Amino acid sequence: MTNEEIKQSVSALFPAVTYDETGEFLNLLISSGDLRPLIEALRKNAEYDFDFLFCLTCIDWKTHLTMVYHLLSKKHKHAIVIKAKIADTINPEIETVSDLWKTAIFHEREVYDLFGVKFLNHPDLRRLLLDESWEGYPLRKNYVDENMITI
Amino acid sequence: MSLLGAPELTEEGEFVINIGPQHPSTHGVLHLKVWLDGETIKKVQPHLGYIHRSIEKMSESLSYRNFIYVTSRMDYLSAHINNQACALAVEKGLQIEAPPRAQMIRILMAELTRLSSHQLWWGCTGLDLGAVTPFFYAFREREAIMEIMEESCGARLTQNYCVPGGVMYDVHPNFQNRVKDVIKQIKSKFKEYEEILSGNVIFEQRTKGVGYISAADAVSYGCTGPTARGSGVSCDVRKWFPYDGYEKVQFKEILEHGGDCYARYMVRMAEMKQSAYIIEQLIDNIPEGDFQAKTKMVLKLPKGEFYQRVETARGELGVYIVSDGAASPYRIKYRSPNFSNLSALEHMAKGAKIGDLVAIMATIDLVIPDVDR
Amino acid sequence: MAETEKMIFPAQLHQTADGGIVVSKLDEMINWARSNSLWPLVFGTSCCAIEMMSAADAKYDWSRFGFEVARATPRQADLIIVAGTIVMKMAPVLKRLYDQMPDPKYVIAMGACTISGGPFFYNTYSVVKGVDHVIPVDVYIPGCPPRPEALLHAMITLQEKIKHETYFGKSKKEEGK
Repeated sequence: MTNEEIKQSVSALFPAVTYDETGEFLNLLISSGDLRPLIEALRKNAEYDFDFLFCLTCIDWKTHLTMVYHLLSKKHKHAIVIKAKIADTINPEIETVSDLWKTAIFHEREVYDLFGVKFLNHPDLRRLLLDESWEGYPLRKNYVDENMITI
Repeated sequence: MSLLGAPELTEEGEFVINIGPQHPSTHGVLHLKVWLDGETIKKVQPHLGYIHRSIEKMSESLSYRNFIYVTSRMDYLSAHINNQACALAVEKGLQIEAPPRAQMIRILMAELTRLSSHQLWWGCTGLDLGAVTPFFYAFREREAIMEIMEESCGARLTQNYCVPGGVMYDVHPNFQNRVKDVIKQIKSKFKEYEEILSGNVIFEQRTKGVGYISAADAVSYGCTGPTARGSGVSCDVRKWFPYDGYEKVQFKEILEHGGDCYARYMVRMAEMKQSAYIIEQLIDNIPEGDFQAKTKMVLKLPKGEFYQRVETARGELGVYIVSDGAASPYRIKYRSPNFSNLSALEHMAKGAKIGDLVAIMATIDLVIPDVDR
Repeated sequence: MAETEKMIFPAQLHQTADGGIVVSKLDEMINWARSNSLWPLVFGTSCCAIEMMSAADAKYDWSRFGFEVARATPRQADLIIVAGTIVMKMAPVLKRLYDQMPDPKYVIAMGACTISGGPFFYNTYSVVKGVDHVIPVDVYIPGCPPRPEALLHAMITLQEKIKHETYFGKSKKEEGK
């Protein structure tokens, strides 16, 4: 399916989605509370069939956080990007997608470790790369560490 | 530390032991907590982070020219290909293209890197499964390739040869002749590799039927590279999303359908031959011209996001740059192939024995600094 | 009549009718034995480990200097070559490995990361800036990664250092050596 076709069929099902086509991929922008129905449809509907989640990450924009999901369909060979905006920066929360793609189990643990985003219904949410007793979320822009030597 | 305590016994009578972080067969500092029933594995829990060097946070304070050098240290066996990914991502942002000579040099070096990485993998696989000779034979060929790298790029392991816009210097005048000699030498050794390991009855019994993963599971776990191609999943980035002139190169994407360790092994052996074939095609046809496009001294990417994917020796590496117009990136995410390949380890190792766990880790070909970044 | 020949080990051979008598200092014999049979521990965290493996292979071959057997367990090793960055999660593990090694034990810090944090000095939150914050180091090798010949030079330097130790009493350095 081309970008136009995806836009039209997604708008019919989920009118809350907005689009951004300035980059390389078609970006679907949605708020974090509405993520789950959209992403389930994209995974399970045969006409989309996005079975390969190749990048899951988070960006800290200081006023809000954005979860970014890059999806690819092996059968139809189309790719899109979903961006879910989390407005709450003090206790960010979002639904997990680890039951749809098993690769998300490790990726979401990494985002929890480095950004502090809680994934609801994740099977095993604990720190991955840092020590269990570490305090703070290092990749946030407001992270302060006296041991870090900065230029 | 509570993680590395003494072996425990659970209520079901399972024995919990630690493998690693310091262990000869984990290919780096990987800590596996294994639940055993006798010698059968019930559960494997990887604990990561023993080499987490905060490369992503560091890159946010480096310039667009400097952050490339740190990525050589991520998957250091395909260091050149990591650098190529970063240089291509920055070029995508600046909307420039490297001249044809630079592109050809970059992919020649990339194929040499892939060949040397697969040779080291072959040597270490033999070593893990008990055969010491392949280790020495593999390093013999690898040293020859590293000498070529040293002559042209200046370093053996962490080359840092790619810059946004092309390559740093032109290749050494001896480059073509040396590469032709080395490829001739390596091709004559492929038969030796097959005689030592591939046809060996002990090796076949240790790897056939071990560590099975189906194609659907491989895609769900995000496996790429030879790990997924051993299960029949077509995912070679050089064919799906070609870069740097790969669309003009003739080569086959190797797929096997066994899904077990032996299939992954055969994929890599065949890929070594394909790399040698690619180098032979290209070595006499390097176009003349510049080796670097003209760029400004201080690079600033426009506001936006840029994603570049390349095929390293272990799978698909993605470099995702988010820029807000400054001279340093706002956020960089490295989608590393080993991170996703490792998450499939538990699936492959359930019900196997400890010796099989070693064979599975050897054929997934993990490089742990790439997992932890 | 004392006849001294240049021998492979530090001693004087005095020929007698049926063979000879070898006279030496206890310190020199012990140091000679210890320095020429150092067994390293298999310990590599990142890229320097590959150059360490290259030093072990047939081209650079560290076993001609006595480092023949690389042991996987610290209880049987004399030397730990810290090859690769040490991060805060790994530091207690390294200390535990060092404590498990029996005396006499030596440490080589290989690569820029182990000397001072290396390329990961600024703006990192998890790297230990130099392995000598964790364990005492005998020889440092600069480089990122150092060549296998540099590692061999460091091992020979360590052998020279061991040859100046005394078994009874403190270690002293000879002038000019």
